[in-house]
Amino acid sequence: MSEGINERSIVTPYRRYQAGTQPNSLCEPYRSSVRRAPSQPLILLPHTLSEVTGPVYGHGEIGETDNDLTRQHAGEPLGERIIVTGRVLDSNGRPVPRALIELWQANSAGRYVHESDQHPAPLDPNFTGTGRTLTDENGAYRFVSIKPGPYPWLNHYNAWRPAHIHFSIFGRAFLSRLVTQMYFPGDPLFALDPIYQSIPDERARQRMISRFDLETTQPQWATGYRFDIVLRGPEATPFES
Amino acid sequence: MDLVPTPSQTVGPFFHFCLTTDKNCVACIAGPKVRGERVWLSIRVLDGNGEAINDAMIEIWQANSEGKYNHPDDPQPKPVEPEFLGFGRMGTAKDGSCEFETIKPGRVPGPEAVLQAPHLNVAVFARGMLKQLYTRIYFAGDAANREDPVFALVPAERRETLMAHPDPTHPGGWRFNVRLQGDDETVFFDV
Repeated sequence: MSEGINERSIVTPYRRYQAGTQPNSLCEPYRSSVRRAPSQPLILLPHTLSEVTGPVYGHGEIGETDNDLTRQHAGEPLGERIIVTGRVLDSNGRPVPRALIELWQANSAGRYVHESDQHPAPLDPNFTGTGRTLTDENGAYRFVSIKPGPYPWLNHYNAWRPAHIHFSIFGRAFLSRLVTQMYFPGDPLFALDPIYQSIPDERARQRMISRFDLETTQPQWATGYRFDIVLRGPEATPFES
Repeated sequence: MDLVPTPSQTVGPFFHFCLTTDKNCVACIAGPKVRGERVWLSIRVLDGNGEAINDAMIEIWQANSEGKYNHPDDPQPKPVEPEFLGFGRMGTAKDGSCEFETIKPGRVPGPEAVLQAPHLNVAVFARGMLKQLYTRIYFAGDAANREDPVFALVPAERRETLMAHPDPTHPGGWRFNVRLQGDDETVFFDV
């Protein structure tokens, strides 16, 4: 390997998360974390090509109705029709184009199509609850769906999850891979939900709450929510002012 | 600008119908025409009680046999075969395991351009995990392991947890355990 290649192989590292802005693996109020969190400290890894590259193409085949969860069946699903739109940015404020976003959610009654969800709420034959899309050159994306209902779980007595949509996002690097949940503003269940509350930093926690947006809302058709997603970005390079 | 990144939340128990359906899982990281030593890698995920986790998801990211990533930011002037994806994703079955088909990666430059030993980059997701954990899979017996700069950061007594071992019953087969907690807990990295 020539010297020039070696020099170019030294990568620009990514920014590290600030304390409190991401959940700890162990979060006792969330019971199933107790046996699934490492007990040894993580080992700090310098960023190499292995971490700053990641799957950016070839696994993101998108179908015509993949970003419209209300048009995937013969009829329309029941529930409040919503538009969810926003941008994927890195922590430097730069758009992340061609990012694959996958999402999944419960129906308006709070029931997942998933076979493991046996809670006694009706399935909707016109709703599966999965979507995928790619961001455009400006990092923008858009989905049409119905608002998911809250649903019960067994974490503690009378436990209910706030209504949410699961998001999976592939940025440019394997280390910026993000799986998160989008919530709706003003949900009374926030204070009671150990998953939402697992983020100590208030400003970071607010990032997970979408914002009602009248401009996105379409008259006589659907309410609109904005949800911008911020992925880790690289540290400034010497070439930037 | 310095925006606070969006926090991670658990993938939960209901991701399969979106992320790991037959259409959306990726069991084959390198198609049949891709050059390199063919590997069938079985990964098993276990919790702190040693019990199999049947609702985990494993993602793998790796270089090809020449140590080149299928990514525009890899500046090495080496080819990437059209059938080489470099990415895999599967949900675990009832016994906590999933199996990928791939090729053994080549050596990739690391810190200070010192070559790393062949390794797969792994992200583990599951219900009960509020964020993914990152680990690496190395190949037991590879002479390059001794020179690997990342390995050197790991306490000697824990390095074994990063090793896949050949499956004696299956030529080309390798096995790797992810132990989230407890005795022989897998080394996870703060990336």
